[in-house]
This record gives sequence, C-alpha cells and structure tokens, in this order.
Amino acid sequence: MSYATQKLAEEKVFKDPVHRYIHVRDQVIWDLINSREVQRLRRIKQLGTSYLVFHGAEHSRFNHSLGVYEIVRRISDDIFHGRPEWDESERLVVLCAALLHDLGHGPFSHSFEKVFSVDHEEFTREILLGDTEVNEILLKVSAEFPKKVAEVIAKTYSNKQVVSLISSQIDADRMDYLQRDAYYTGVSYGHFDMERILRVMRPLDDQVVIKSSGMHAVEDYIMSRYQMYWQVYFHPVARSAEVILRKILQRAKELSKSGYKFAQPPTHFLAFFDRSFTLKEYLALDEGVLMTYFQLWMTERDPILADLCDRFVNRRLFQYVDFDPGKDYKKLGELAQLFHSAGIDPEYYLIDDSTSDLPYDFYRPGEEEERLPIHLLMPNGDIKELSRLSQIVDAISGKRRTDYKLYFPAELLIDGKKKAIKQQILEMLREGGL
Amino acid sequence: MLQEHAKIVDFIATAEGVTGRKKLQKMIYIMKKMDMPFQEKYEFHIYGPYSEELTARVEELCDMGFLSEALEDKGSYVQYKYTVTEEGMEFRKVLGKSVLDNPVTAEKLNAKSGRFLELTATLLYFDNLNRQERIDKLHVVKGKLNFTAEEIDEALAFIEELSA
Repeated sequence: MSYATQKLAEEKVFKDPVHRYIHVRDQVIWDLINSREVQRLRRIKQLGTSYLVFHGAEHSRFNHSLGVYEIVRRISDDIFHGRPEWDESERLVVLCAALLHDLGHGPFSHSFEKVFSVDHEEFTREILLGDTEVNEILLKVSAEFPKKVAEVIAKTYSNKQVVSLISSQIDADRMDYLQRDAYYTGVSYGHFDMERILRVMRPLDDQVVIKSSGMHAVEDYIMSRYQMYWQVYFHPVARSAEVILRKILQRAKELSKSGYKFAQPPTHFLAFFDRSFTLKEYLALDEGVLMTYFQLWMTERDPILADLCDRFVNRRLFQYVDFDPGKDYKKLGELAQLFHSAGIDPEYYLIDDSTSDLPYDFYRPGEEEERLPIHLLMPNGDIKELSRLSQIVDAISGKRRTDYKLYFPAELLIDGKKKAIKQQILEMLREGGL
Repeated sequence: MLQEHAKIVDFIATAEGVTGRKKLQKMIYIMKKMDMPFQEKYEFHIYGPYSEELTARVEELCDMGFLSEALEDKGSYVQYKYTVTEEGMEFRKVLGKSVLDNPVTAEKLNAKSGRFLELTATLLYFDNLNRQERIDKLHVVKGKLNFTAEEIDEALAFIEELSA
C-alpha cells in the first residue's frame, strides 16, 4: 500500500466543542498533525488580542486547522463521494490543504506582518516547500505533492472546485471560524445550520454550488458572518490592544535601529529588524516568546517601550473616539502638534485605525469584481447568483461598511504638566472638535 | 497618519487618473513588486494578484471625497475611471507627497492595457519560478485568456525594463 492511501489501524478522534469529533483515518494526516510546524499552531491564538475583550477567546490556530480539515473531510467523504463531477483523486490534496492552510501564521499575525512587512501566506508556502517536517511528510506522497498543496492554498491550483472548498465566499475556513469563534467568545451570533449547508453543496464544473433549497441556511450564514465581524472581529477595544501591540514592535524596531542598548536584547527579533530572517527564525517565534519579551521590556529604560508593554500586559488600553478622516485630517495634524507640545509622542500615542468589511459581493457582468459569487443550483439545472433570489442578501450585497477610530492614552492627558495644552487636546477629542 | 491613503491619492494623481479597477489593482501590485512602499496585501484571485485592502482603501477615498469614481460605458462592458478631486489634491499637499521616486513608472504602467497589466502582474506573482514554469503556470491559471508567446515575451521584457 502506498503512503498516500495508507490508513491507521484504528481511527483516531479528537474531541472538539464545535464538530463534536475530528476523525482521522489517513496516516498522512496523522503524521502532519504530529509535525513540529502544525504543533506550533497550538501556541498561536486564533483571535489575536480578542481575549482581552472576550476572555474565553484563548483558542488556537491548531483547533481551527483541525476544524477546517474535519469540514472538508465530511464534504469529500460524505457529500461529494461518488458524484461524477468530483474527482476522487483530489481527496488527499484537499484534506492536506485544509489542515495546513494557516500554517504560516505567526504570533499576533496582523500586527507582526504590518510592522515587519511579512506575509503569512509566503511563510505557508515556504513551510510546505522548504526544509521542514511537513515537507518531508508531503514528499513521501509524491515529489509533486507539496507543490500541489501549496497551489491549492495559494488559489493557483488548476482544479477550482478544490480551491473553492478552502477559499471562497462560502468555504470550510469561514464555516469553521465563525462557529468556533462564536463558541469561544461566548457571543450568540455566528451560529448557522452548517449541517444543512453541507448537505446541499454540490460540485459542478469549475465551482461548488448550493442547491436552491438550502438558500435560507446560506442567508443565515451570511448574516452570521456580518454580525461576527462587527461584534467580535472589529471590536474597538480589541483593536486598541492591537494598536498598542503594533506600536511595541515598531518601538523595539526603531530603538534597535538607533543603537539603543536593550537591558533585555531583542534576540528573537533582530533578523526581522534588518529583514535577514530565515524560515527557522520565523518558526522559532510564537506568542509565548513575544509575551515574555513584553514582560521583560516593562522595565526597559526607554519610557515609551516600557509603558507600551505595561499597557499590553496589564490591559491598560488606549481610549478611542470616532473620527471622519475626510473632514478631520487637517485637525489630526493640529492634534499631533499639540501632543508634541504636551510632551507626548504622537507617533506612539495618537493612532488612527480603520477597518472595513464587505459581507457579500457578486460578479456583475462587464464589471471587474474579483470575488466569486455564491451560486444556487435550481431544480431545472439552471445556476442563479444568490443575491438575485435572496432579498436579505441583496440588501447587504456590495455594501462596504468602514469604521474609523482614533486611539489615545486618556490618563496621560489628565494629569501632570502642561495642563492647558492637554485640556485643549481633550476638548478637541471629546467635545466635537474632531 | 493616513499615509497609506495618501500614497494611493499620490499615485493616481501622478498617473493623471486610472481607468479600470482591475488596471489600478495591477498597477499598484507591479509598483509594489518594484519595491515601492505600498502596504496593501495581495492574494491571487480571478484576474491575478488582487488586494481587498486596496479595494477598501479606494472606496474609502471616494467616500472621503478625495477620489472621484466615474462609470464609463464601453459598449459591451463598463469601466470605472478614478481621478483625484480638488479636495484630494489638497489632502495630497497637506500630507506631503510623495512615495514615488520615479513617476515615470506610473506613466509607463498607465499607458498599458488592463490585459497586458494582468499578464505582467501574473508573471510577477510567479517570479519564484523559472521562465518556462512561469509560462506553464500562466496558462493553467489564465487558460481562457489565451495569451500569445509574443504577449508573454513583451510582458517579460517590460518587467526587465521596470526592474532595471
């Protein structure tokens, strides 16, 4: 028996609060789960800084990766199996892609990637194709297999059905994270009838479609997604923590460049400061490592680095106000000047942050949208785009919502010297000056 | 603050307007690959490298009144033309231009068609592969567009010219 088809003597199961059980029969999947690179995902939280708002949100990217794998396994083995439109030979590649799709995520990915200009998808590719345990396992399937898995995750694979299962407007990734994040945060949004959606998914030509009888379950999924984005993922307090985290990394980088002597040298970061990092150095980072540095840097001589780390570790977050950048950008410049005059560095203590989401969009003939729509399979075999039939989805299709916030340390503006300037700042921030 | 927004305004002003969402996407991607400091994150989508962040930023700039988006009817299809408004020029002035050390690149890119830029951006996306692998991959992901050998040669020569 080849390694690709080798089964475990007994099925292994992982207890899971979302899917009840994760089932593993394939030796390849079992070996991948036990690899160093997949185990590393246990040390990276799925929701980054959200645990500072929703205390239950401590779940990891490992949990989510197993969840995506389980959904795809069910689609492949139960729903698509035996259908002539589905190529059974793609089973292993899609299962591996599902399990490994987030492999390149680093600690607090969003902030880390912004400050150090790295891309977790490139790291996913490097882990799959480089000198790693995961690559060694995939190579045992075939010489081309690691590349195939990488192509599915990069969305450049020739079989678009396979890509759609991992990445589309209704994919296993989203179906898992919505339910999982809802469970761990404890919110009541994010729940939808996944069983129903899975039962009505069909492979067709170069896409995956949904039988029209499942339209209402899909509507529920789209609305769940909408709610989760605004209630959980874009929570302004979690964004405050994210802003501070970004500024810690930026400060450490600036200090290192300026020759500052750290009491606790940023050994793990040095290669990222000068962009000479290797894959090994990237994989050595996890959230435990970052949190250790933050704890130690709380006693650094540099007051900005020490203060920002104390804020993050002890949850002394920035406050925020709404602002309209179109109207207020000049005032923002004035405000930055006032911060300078008050002896507070606006680079680290006055930060604008925007976030936006497009809940669903469809391809309009003749236009140049890049999103593949959700297609419904009608009883007569016709294909119709979801928003043409669903009034609920039509109402939110193509409508982007954006939120702008300005973050600042409120308590620094209340006490101490230069009270008059600080008062002026507070008035601008709080009394409609912005 | 708002520096990333300012870069986009600056780019469109330098290019004296850009017609086509796809074209704008590919122009910024190519600039980014030429080490221009754009921060928008790209992934591979239907037309090649695509940035959801750029789409959001452009929509925000339109909402802020710094860019104008005009629909142009091209007969069998429609396109969006982006230009910088007076308010946008003021915003550009206040935030200080510019990230574009070499404005010629923006003009060169704007002179090319959306199809050519889609081809160029896709070839750049696969720049970790050798020449033949890149071409093979292009035909896999862009099979329906039937790019000719001449077009591919031209795009590869264009990449070399930009990189020089």
